Amino acid sequence: MSAVDMNMPILIVDDYKTMLRIIRNLLKQLGFNNVDEAADGSAALQKLRDKSYGLVISDWNMEPMSGLQLLKECRTDNQLQALPFIMITAESKSENVVAAKQAGVNNYIVKPFNAATLKSKLTAVLGAF
Amino acid sequence: MSLPAGTEAAADNVTAVDMEAAEGDLSAASMRLFAEVESVAEFISNAKAEIASLRADEITSEHLPTATDELAAIVGATETATNTILGSMEELEALAETVDEEVADKINNSVTQVYEACSFQDITGQRIGTVVNALQHVENKVKGLLAAFGEEFQAAGIERPVTPKRADGKTERPDEDLCNGPQLPGNEISQDDIDALMGFD
Repeated sequence: MSAVDMNMPILIVDDYKTMLRIIRNLLKQLGFNNVDEAADGSAALQKLRDKSYGLVISDWNMEPMSGLQLLKECRTDNQLQALPFIMITAESKSENVVAAKQAGVNNYIVKPFNAATLKSKLTAVLGAF
Repeated sequence: MSLPAGTEAAADNVTAVDMEAAEGDLSAASMRLFAEVESVAEFISNAKAEIASLRADEITSEHLPTATDELAAIVGATETATNTILGSMEELEALAETVDEEVADKINNSVTQVYEACSFQDITGQRIGTVVNALQHVENKVKGLLAAFGEEFQAAGIERPVTPKRADGKTERPDEDLCNGPQLPGNEISQDDIDALMGFD
């Protein structure tokens, strides 16, 4: 039996609506149906403070608040500092990965990605499901 | 306001030449200086005439905004098309639940591949945003050039065009230097490279 709560709320954050829709559908295929959306870091932060989530999957390059800023806000917030956080982004320079790692990201997926990569990173962060 | 190096010395020389001319006593060196100044003035005048003939004001008022709007339209059209594709795939996915398992698996695998492929809209959108930023940089430089050459080159009432997301003029962020968008093929690092950097397998 899976130790992962498949009904846990997941927050996906991206300023491209199509990407939100794609990630939501891929999560649904993997069995995660309790998914909320936000269009940038500041909207996401508000949702994270209003409701308890089990995972954040966030883009990096958004305005006004980027995914990295959101991650840093989470890591300095007592309620959110342990929240699993996966970055899914087209930012594919080594310095980006290093900066995200230093900020406390749990995993990093570069766009374009496939469903298998998403599943493997979710398993690495949440455990087998 | 400070003047470029040598400007003050040149001005002193010109003043000396003026005084010599007033006294009706021009040396050969002064004549050469006059000729040089005259040629510089002619060069500037010709440059201004050439820039005016280029209608540089049209570059900022028409050509660049049009190019920017065209790019914004591309982003909008691809987004609309992608949403249509995604909608159709979601319907197929729902239909897959009504057929036998073997067929459903095949449908779902194909649907997944379409979902993956549709992420092109995000990537192309970001790439186009980078081009828009470059165009706006050129636009600002041309505007600066127009301002430097005076009022006669500036058109009145030019409004800033509507631009797609991620364009210049947005709030600066502390990680601005890390927001570079998708890398060109050959410059990007792979998911395996990222996993190695992250310390994961």
